[in-house]
Amino acid sequence: MSIDKNTVGKIARLARIKVSEEEKEVLSGQLSSILKMIEELNAVNTDGVEPLTSVVQMQMYEREDKVTDGAIPDKILTNAPEQTAGFFVVPKVVE
Amino acid sequence: MSNALLKGNTGDWEMVIGLEVHAQVLTKSKLFSGASADFGGAPNAQVSPVDAGMPGMLPVINKECVSKAVRTGLGLNATINNVSIFERKNYFYPDLPQGYQISQYQHPIVGNGEIEIDLPDGTVKKIGIERLHLEQDAGKSLHDQHPQKSYVDLNRSGNPLMEIVSKPDMRTAEEAGAYVTKLRAIVRYLGTCDGNMDEGSMRCDVNVSVRKPGDPLGTRCEIKNVNSVRFVQQAIEYEARRQIELIEGGGKITQETRLFDTKNGTTRSMRSKEDAHDYRYFPDPDLLPLTVDNAFIENIRKTMPELPDAKKKRFVETFGLSAYDAGVLVSEKERAEYFEIAAKGHDPKLAANWVITELLGALNKAEKELKDSPVSAEALGELVGLISNNTISGRIAKEVFAEMFGTGKNPGDIVKDRGLQQVTDTGAIEKLVAEVVRDNADKVAEYKGGKDKLFGFFVGQVLKKSGGKANPGMVNDLLKKKLEE
Repeated sequence: MSIDKNTVGKIARLARIKVSEEEKEVLSGQLSSILKMIEELNAVNTDGVEPLTSVVQMQMYEREDKVTDGAIPDKILTNAPEQTAGFFVVPKVVE
Repeated sequence: MSNALLKGNTGDWEMVIGLEVHAQVLTKSKLFSGASADFGGAPNAQVSPVDAGMPGMLPVINKECVSKAVRTGLGLNATINNVSIFERKNYFYPDLPQGYQISQYQHPIVGNGEIEIDLPDGTVKKIGIERLHLEQDAGKSLHDQHPQKSYVDLNRSGNPLMEIVSKPDMRTAEEAGAYVTKLRAIVRYLGTCDGNMDEGSMRCDVNVSVRKPGDPLGTRCEIKNVNSVRFVQQAIEYEARRQIELIEGGGKITQETRLFDTKNGTTRSMRSKEDAHDYRYFPDPDLLPLTVDNAFIENIRKTMPELPDAKKKRFVETFGLSAYDAGVLVSEKERAEYFEIAAKGHDPKLAANWVITELLGALNKAEKELKDSPVSAEALGELVGLISNNTISGRIAKEVFAEMFGTGKNPGDIVKDRGLQQVTDTGAIEKLVAEVVRDNADKVAEYKGGKDKLFGFFVGQVLKKSGGKANPGMVNDLLKKKLEE
């Protein structure tokens, strides 16, 4: 499978990354060769093999339902470029 | 429903409706962080670094969310999957600081199920459940505070949601309304969601398409975030009409996300989300698969409460209530509990009548919730008892009830203090009867001349003389005897 320039453009837009026309050309070649390498794995027969989700056999840890965090609005807002009355303030995002 | 089809210029159309309901799991803390999940805190005061999408933070799942999702699954008569997987649903929005929502996609915790909905004509219809999965809520954006800016509060970010997806089994707006109502009753009975639609603990996305009866499914539109049963029905009615007019006018439906405008009852396109459906799901590398073993599921099954349908059946079978009355009583868990206390040791049918007609009527008028009722279930039961054992008549009982509702006093005291006990002393009633007959000699003559209708007048006069306290049955009998003399 190869990735053409249009597909590179679409992925870049979804990821909100600005990519120039020249870069698209380069990336289309690079992404295609990465996929080609991955496709070699298709040669291995994986019938009946469960997906490997962890290299150690363990259960997901589950925590108790207790309030142990939060109540730090000043810290949460520290990096906000703009704030008002405890809210993050961003450019209007509704039409 | 027999009359489910919509008339168009080219013939009849059928609506096909499926619902995605987001129900917030009733917990103290969030799905993957220890911040409070309560509604209505000061902005950004219930946010942990995990919920704010800070780099390096790891999600840790809340046990309670897992058991409540399983509990809800059992309440929907659904299969529980022993293994489910959390995936990342990727999109950009200011109230989604992580840049993705942790959700379940290909392997949800709950699979196929089914619930029954009660329709206004008394029939019951089965609606399939496609799945239930756990996911994080996003934060909240306020767009109306500033002309050029949006304000973002992340308190809701990371709150635990169950997304409950129905099969496209509904054919009318009414059925969709009944489905949401039943789902809400079930999660409230189970204690897994408070069902509070005003506060957004339950929100619906509505999928609507139309087709000619017998045709394959049409293209659907999704109406996002509809937050009341009434709005769900309005949005469906409007959207189906819009689609029919568009198709009959030679147009084509494009699959899209639409918004419901509560002010004018219409839906409109959300064009900005064109790209948004490419969510690029992939398994969240921060989280192992979620496993629930059969012993865990069976332990939850053992604690399942009696659900609305089973309760309704019991009310009909053991108390002899009508299906309608039983339905009204079980529609809210608190209401059913209230009734059972009021009916304990008393005539259940009479108790049901008093709860439904008098109590709910009075609460409605006073704009009060049942939990704030000035009349306790025990007190209402006592009042029902006083009627059954002929201490007071039904008419006096209404007076007593009004005083109970106003003052919170118990009925026995009110009856005693105001001397409202029913007169069942034959001699006393005979005396009143005699007086009435004596004072209305002309009418008695008319009655004896064949004007039977006057009997009611005599009964009324005797009751009036007794201040409403004479036992009406005895008045009837004694009057009849007297007038036949």
